[in-house]
Amino acid sequence: MNSNYAVPAVALVVLATVLVGAFGLRISRTTSDFYVASRTVGPRLNAAAISGEYLSAASFLGIAGLVLVQGPDMLWYPVGYTAGYVVLLLFVAAPLRRSGAYTLPDFAEARLASQAVRRLAGAFVVGVGWLYLLPQLQGAGLTLTVLTGVPDWLGGIIVAVVVVAIVAAGGMRSITFVQAFQYWLKLTALLVPAFFLLLAWQADGAPRRPFDEPPGFREQRAVRVDTTLDLRLERPLTVTVDGTVNGRAHDGTEIRLPAGTHRVDQGTRLTFAPGTPVPAADRGSNAGMSTSLAAGREERPLYATYGLILATFLGTMGLPHVVVRFYTSPHGVAARRTTVAVLALIGAFYLLPPVYGALGRLYAPELTLTGDADAAVLLLPGRMIGGVAGDLLGALLAGGAFAAFLSTASGLAMAVAGVLTQDVLPARGVRHFRLGTLLAMAAPLAASVLVGGLPVADAVGLAFAVSASSFCPLLVLGIWWRRLTPPGAAAGMLVGGGSAFAAVAATMAGFPGGGPLHALLAWPALWSVPLGFLTMILVSLATPARVPAGTAAILARFHLPEQLRTEVKA
Amino acid sequence: MTVPNSPADRRVVVTGPPRRTLPHARPRPRGRDPHTPGAYRPRTEIAEQTTLGHTYVRSLIRSQLRAALTGCAVLALLIGPLPLVFAAAPNAGRLQWLVLGFCLYAPLVLLAHWYVRRAERNERDFVRLVEDR
Repeated sequence: MNSNYAVPAVALVVLATVLVGAFGLRISRTTSDFYVASRTVGPRLNAAAISGEYLSAASFLGIAGLVLVQGPDMLWYPVGYTAGYVVLLLFVAAPLRRSGAYTLPDFAEARLASQAVRRLAGAFVVGVGWLYLLPQLQGAGLTLTVLTGVPDWLGGIIVAVVVVAIVAAGGMRSITFVQAFQYWLKLTALLVPAFFLLLAWQADGAPRRPFDEPPGFREQRAVRVDTTLDLRLERPLTVTVDGTVNGRAHDGTEIRLPAGTHRVDQGTRLTFAPGTPVPAADRGSNAGMSTSLAAGREERPLYATYGLILATFLGTMGLPHVVVRFYTSPHGVAARRTTVAVLALIGAFYLLPPVYGALGRLYAPELTLTGDADAAVLLLPGRMIGGVAGDLLGALLAGGAFAAFLSTASGLAMAVAGVLTQDVLPARGVRHFRLGTLLAMAAPLAASVLVGGLPVADAVGLAFAVSASSFCPLLVLGIWWRRLTPPGAAAGMLVGGGSAFAAVAATMAGFPGGGPLHALLAWPALWSVPLGFLTMILVSLATPARVPAGTAAILARFHLPEQLRTEVKA
Repeated sequence: MTVPNSPADRRVVVTGPPRRTLPHARPRPRGRDPHTPGAYRPRTEIAEQTTLGHTYVRSLIRSQLRAALTGCAVLALLIGPLPLVFAAAPNAGRLQWLVLGFCLYAPLVLLAHWYVRRAERNERDFVRLVEDR
């Protein structure tokens, strides 16, 4: 990939982001502007901002990469990310806005009048937010590395610095403009190249191979294996090897590998003949966002698919950066309409990644072996169109990818910083909010530089599973059930969210190797969400004396249309 | 349904003295307060959180919950069987590409649109119930 165009494109996106942020800063004057954009953001602008914030690196690069490596099963991710907004709309959107709270901890306190539940919710917000920030920073590093070859911590640092600058300077008002701008940027960056790629595909005779299983090489293709991997062959494979396979050195000789598992060492060059099916590869955990510890093709039973569906459908409502956005709507009705607009916008966007995934299977199938599958979106224009046009389209995609990191990271930083400022730092106020922003970004940045190598799909899946098992019961029961008590809410969040967290953490630590127990732990949502709900309900029923005194009035406020409320109060 | 014929008419009653003189959460025997004309009772009942007011609010919550649960059931029926279909169908790969990749987003938006219309209608009906008699 030619970096002559890509680097200016990324720089341009960063610059435009700062400029749009500065424009927002000029009209961001009051404290209310700063935190909630004075609650005056209309449905259209707000919907574009929510969508811009929501479509992260996992959406822009990750889905195409996942589909490329693991096939159409992975299309459940974008479907789940979208349907999550339907569930959010059905149960949460308008009442949450009418609750008048700003963050999830605010909601918990307003509904349950309990400082303990508030602090617990705050801890979960910070935890989920950091988990979700980590892959954004890593994705930025990966993109810059693929484009220019710089060390992979640099991209993360650039994103972190820009985000802290914008959020700390302009707050919510400024971020709203930045993210609305970035939604359209991301859509354009994916749509325009997709159009040209489809033309190139048409000119190529519109081959239909991408839908075959497994994908095959269309022409002779040499692959350099960057990290040692295990090749799993279902049928014998003839390949030309320059390097080490199964501990034996070869020097450009053609060998025939029998069915079974073969170890290919780092630096080996494999040359495949046309028509060869692409072999499946197992690799270590540190290989970018498309490789998931939890997802081998055969190890994805029906159970895992349903676990994924439940986690993404119910987890969306608890993501801290999504929730915070609803307070910027002027009223409950606007919050609902905003959500419908968001659904249309992200639905339109998600039509595109499958196109890249399918074309990637056709034109760049070897990316499954090199571990750069996430870069498929970035590499396709060069591969299919080539020349200056290919470079320019690749640069456009690189800019869009960077917009994805920036917008999601700034939304998350905003949400986490809000919680840190209100619940951790001693005094409130804009100055402390800026300190909070710094803290919100510093922790995941340090983690990504020090730890590295948490697969993006896993980190994102973990964030969704934890959110679905802790915040979803809190929000749904808090809004619709009058007998919820503070001990019930706390117990439900701890048991549901805690067990989901423990299960995924155990999977990532490599425990246990396989079988049904592995699936249960890797996709916890299917049991941890009911567990969270059940705990919350049972403990609440066991402590009926602790139902907060003002519950009826608070529920009335959640559900009464504003026109009644304001006139009654006037 | 009759609408109050002049706005001045309305304002006098809503912000009138009876509300201010009553303690906020005191349960009040319905219909016996000579200062509150029966015509405007529901709003006052809600504002003062009487048992009757709670019944009104509860009816709104219940109708909204019914709308949400209906939407949720449609969503479950739409999505729920798909993994089973994919697992059972002989040539599932192509079907999966088509359905998951391109065919689900429009129905989701339509479902959301339907729900918003129904929820707003519930609210309008409730406002009318409370403002008329």
